[in-house]
Amino acid sequence: MSIATIATALFIFAVLALVFAPIMTWVERKQSALMQDRIGANRAEIFGVRALGLLHPLSDALKLFTKEDFVPAGAHRFLHLISPFIAAVPALVSFAVIPYGGTYEAWGSRWSLVVADLDFGILYVLAIGSLATYGSILGGWSSNSNWGMLGALRVSAQMLSYEVAMGISIVGLFMIFGTLRMTDMGVAQQETFRLFGFIEHFGLAAQVPWWLAWIKVPMWGIVLQPLSFFIFTTAAIAENKRAPFDIPEGEAEIVAGYFTEYSGMKFGLFQMGEFVEIAVIGGLVAALFLGGWSIPYVKDTELIQFLSSGLGSNMANILAMVIHVLVFLGKVVMMIFAQMIVRWSSPRFRYDQVMNLGWKIMLPLSIANIVVTGFAVLLLREITT
Amino acid sequence: MTLNPESIVFYVFALGTLVSAVGVLLNIRSTVNAAMCLMLSMVSIAGLFVMLHAEFIGVLQVLVYAGAIVVLFVFVIMLLNLSGPAMAAESHFFAKLLGAAVLLAAAVKLSLLFLGPGEASAEIDRQFGTVAQIGRTLFTDYVVAVEAAGVLLLAGLVAAVVLAKRELD
Repeated sequence: MSIATIATALFIFAVLALVFAPIMTWVERKQSALMQDRIGANRAEIFGVRALGLLHPLSDALKLFTKEDFVPAGAHRFLHLISPFIAAVPALVSFAVIPYGGTYEAWGSRWSLVVADLDFGILYVLAIGSLATYGSILGGWSSNSNWGMLGALRVSAQMLSYEVAMGISIVGLFMIFGTLRMTDMGVAQQETFRLFGFIEHFGLAAQVPWWLAWIKVPMWGIVLQPLSFFIFTTAAIAENKRAPFDIPEGEAEIVAGYFTEYSGMKFGLFQMGEFVEIAVIGGLVAALFLGGWSIPYVKDTELIQFLSSGLGSNMANILAMVIHVLVFLGKVVMMIFAQMIVRWSSPRFRYDQVMNLGWKIMLPLSIANIVVTGFAVLLLREITT
Repeated sequence: MTLNPESIVFYVFALGTLVSAVGVLLNIRSTVNAAMCLMLSMVSIAGLFVMLHAEFIGVLQVLVYAGAIVVLFVFVIMLLNLSGPAMAAESHFFAKLLGAAVLLAAAVKLSLLFLGPGEASAEIDRQFGTVAQIGRTLFTDYVVAVEAAGVLLLAGLVAAVVLAKRELD
């Protein structure tokens, strides 16, 4: 591990925890206000400057830090103390394997825009995410409160159920790309394929318009595995315990569920974990299904070559890096916004509905997806060789 | 005992594994504490796997054992509210005997390892422990075992569904 790696890791950590999470609370307030025909947060001000309510995250943080840190009687003190950290840390560290750019060479050094380029990349995210369950379960159990306990029970059942569907839904991607390494998946998604190319293999080329053979589609995960995209995104939202999957905290039934007895910054940590996880889900979906950092139809090498003609190799690499990071961020922001729209437009599921959806619909569908993908991969290999 | 960074990390994980494993046994009054110790020991074992260049196995250890099975344990413990003297009362003579025998065997094996001549570990190639390598090995050399395990697990699943159904209906 080099200094550069540690620096990148710290940078991402800081961006996620200190920039993304607070801004997302503001975005969510404004976005929900927009959807419900309200104005939304705009009261916090410093010397008359209101900045569209952007100061609200600041005052939130100030409030959370100065509030009394209350521990209920009969609580398991140690577990009550550490469970907010167990809930928040996994969300922060799972960004380590998500690539936010390709590999660039400038002035003799190589930059790969990913903290840890692991061979089992995506499994790391799933493993870390499964540990996050403990934060919520222990938080609810250690509070010595009935609301907390009910929330903890619901959380453990829900997160276990959706972890299964989430893990199995992306197996189809592994089969197509032949790798679990997320940078390799990003590179593989830069390829394009002819959408109606199979027609030639059946000897029907003469009977269809000639231009049909030239329609090209990028090999994005969402194109190759549309079902997997929907299952994965749904399961990820359920893992994050946000509406319509917010039964573990359902405020109409069990007050606030597993974090009922938390106050101050410990409560804030639970919230921060949730908001960072929104960004992580956005990053994961962008990297797995939306082509990662690449611009559709333009490969990394082509972009750098195109820019090199005017700028020289070094500057071209730097510029390509900036473009790619911005493209990736754009995709992440789009997914974040999509999650917020889902959160504010759908009513909460009932507990048994959540369980039915997870075990009886999404799990069989994702297993069927594996079978169909297997046949398709074999068939394509047969007719193309 | 050499103290390079790698060996320090190894000792941390090894100590974590052992201490938390003992913690599982000692926490007879608080079942949730015991389950948490079990989880810690699973994660430490995963760390040991990673140090042996078996990163894939390490991640699976976290994903399956720490992330799913122990969560199920905790779920059941909380659902049935298992704690207190009711859990501690049961203690079988044979279980104790078995435990003592296993401990003795482990002690003998360990002391033989420590007393015997140290063996230089073989150089491993870069492919060792990667997902591709493990997949290839599993589905060529051990394909029968994998399929047999798959059938066994499927039978277990079906049996669980049948048993649960009878309770519900």
